[in-house]
Amino acid sequence: MNSDKLTKTILFTASLLVLIISAGIGFSLLEGSMPAFKEFGLKFIITNEWNPREGSEVYGALPFIAGTLITSILALIICLPLAFSTSLFIAEYFRNTRVSNILSSMVDLLAGIPSIIYGLWGFYTLRPFIISLGLSDQGFGIFTSSLILAIMIIPFATSLSTEIISMVPDELKEAAYSLGATRLEVIFYVIVPNARSGIIASYILALGRALGETMAVTMLIGNSNVIPTGLFSTGNTMASIIANQFGEASGLKLSALIAIGLLLFVITGIINSIGKFIIRKFS
Amino acid sequence: MISGKVQVDINNIMGRKKKNIFFLGIVIALSVITVIPIILILGQIIIKGIGQINFNFFVQTSPDSLQAMTAIANNQTIPGGIANGITGTLLIVIVSCMMAIPLGIMIGIYLYENQARKYSNFIRNITEILQGVPSIVLGIISYLWIVKNITHGFSAFAGSVSLAIMMLPLIIRSTEETMKMIPNEIREAAFAMGAPYHKVIFRVLIPSGFSGLSTGILLSISRILGETAPLMMTALGSSVINYNISLPTSAVPLLIWEFYNDPNMISLVWSSALFLMLLVLSLNLLSGRLTANQKTGRKR
Repeated sequence: MNSDKLTKTILFTASLLVLIISAGIGFSLLEGSMPAFKEFGLKFIITNEWNPREGSEVYGALPFIAGTLITSILALIICLPLAFSTSLFIAEYFRNTRVSNILSSMVDLLAGIPSIIYGLWGFYTLRPFIISLGLSDQGFGIFTSSLILAIMIIPFATSLSTEIISMVPDELKEAAYSLGATRLEVIFYVIVPNARSGIIASYILALGRALGETMAVTMLIGNSNVIPTGLFSTGNTMASIIANQFGEASGLKLSALIAIGLLLFVITGIINSIGKFIIRKFS
Repeated sequence: MISGKVQVDINNIMGRKKKNIFFLGIVIALSVITVIPIILILGQIIIKGIGQINFNFFVQTSPDSLQAMTAIANNQTIPGGIANGITGTLLIVIVSCMMAIPLGIMIGIYLYENQARKYSNFIRNITEILQGVPSIVLGIISYLWIVKNITHGFSAFAGSVSLAIMMLPLIIRSTEETMKMIPNEIREAAFAMGAPYHKVIFRVLIPSGFSGLSTGILLSISRILGETAPLMMTALGSSVINYNISLPTSAVPLLIWEFYNDPNMISLVWSSALFLMLLVLSLNLLSGRLTANQKTGRKR
């Protein structure tokens, strides 16, 4: 019996490690960002300036918070109709057919491609395409990054909403058909209302993905430390400023970058928790 | 569940049918649009990358900018390969696995055995939060913990730690899900024979859940293989083959990033990207096959 107790204790200790790691992450981020918050206070979040010149150092996170939110939300808007159609295609219109199997495994492929490869493709294919459309001179910027982000989050939004749409009971749909409803009416009056919370949750989780994406955005957003002024202006996101400047940073700048990491950690944590909460509450 | 009034103009049958078909058209069109980028990305990387893939690509270390420039000027293929990246990726991933897999399986089994407890639910929530942490934040963490305090410099180990934290939630989750699929009778039979708990785990639970566990492990490896950002802040990169976990080490994604920043290396970018993509996708396919086998019954 003694060895059983030992095994149980070991397993319990292992589970404590999850707590220790998570608490450690929070603690280290807070500790590392302390100098920046001491220097600038909470104004750090709303300051619109990033000036690393010695003597007049000013760091503010607003341009990056704005960049992250704008690119992610735009990506979500682009991804929404695509992911919704794809999940209807797989889970409703062509349910259990060969075509839908092929489509769903292709969409799953998207989830496997590393971020840096999306970045390469965006840089060498999407960017010239945007230049050739005459939308912008360099092809970098908010729109290009959002487009790549949208492609990257499609599989996450699609797979969950596919699952939820396919879980809508057949009886409900059949009842609607027997009343003479068309398929479109069944989708909008039966399937969507039933699967609503799950579909919304899948988009929120996809948004959480987009917020933290680093490499692809870093390669496409143009890396300028200002609040983006338009769809085709350049900018920087919280993740991309960290990726760009962490290597050569020290002192106050390092602390400011860690503080941005902390903000990113908090924002993604909140978004993901909302998504998970909706799923749990309504399923 | 259905709330609100549904109003349909029943008499306008033609209009409703037209709308119905129109919407089907939109769904098909948008689904096709979704597939296009996948085909374009895969196609372009294969076409542009295949040219540089040769034997040297796998056994030589990466060239410097000058070598690449001379080769391009003489119209040759760029010499050298990504051996330093391949060995570095292997080293970093193996060390991550050594940390994350045993720990993840233990925690997964703990959560399964204590399903209903409040504490387990709490751990589950924390694990989910951990899973959502952006990889770049884990890079910062590993920099603060390992680079600054343990290895006192950029190191493969620091890279492994950041990737291990990424793997951990995935393995915990897949272990718990796998354990739930094992029939309870098997466990009870083992306990009834008087087997001690650790033997039940090693001889019964892990072997009978083996394919599920390996699916989870393969998927989590395929997720960390392509990670670039955390490695930039921890493992840094190196131009030589290195097997010492306390020294800076290269990795395939890090090499892609280096090549990308050097205009002379463009053709190496594509072949490295092709290699990385094939590696990740074949792991994905393999784990998919395992899942399929699991569903159609075990081959014993």
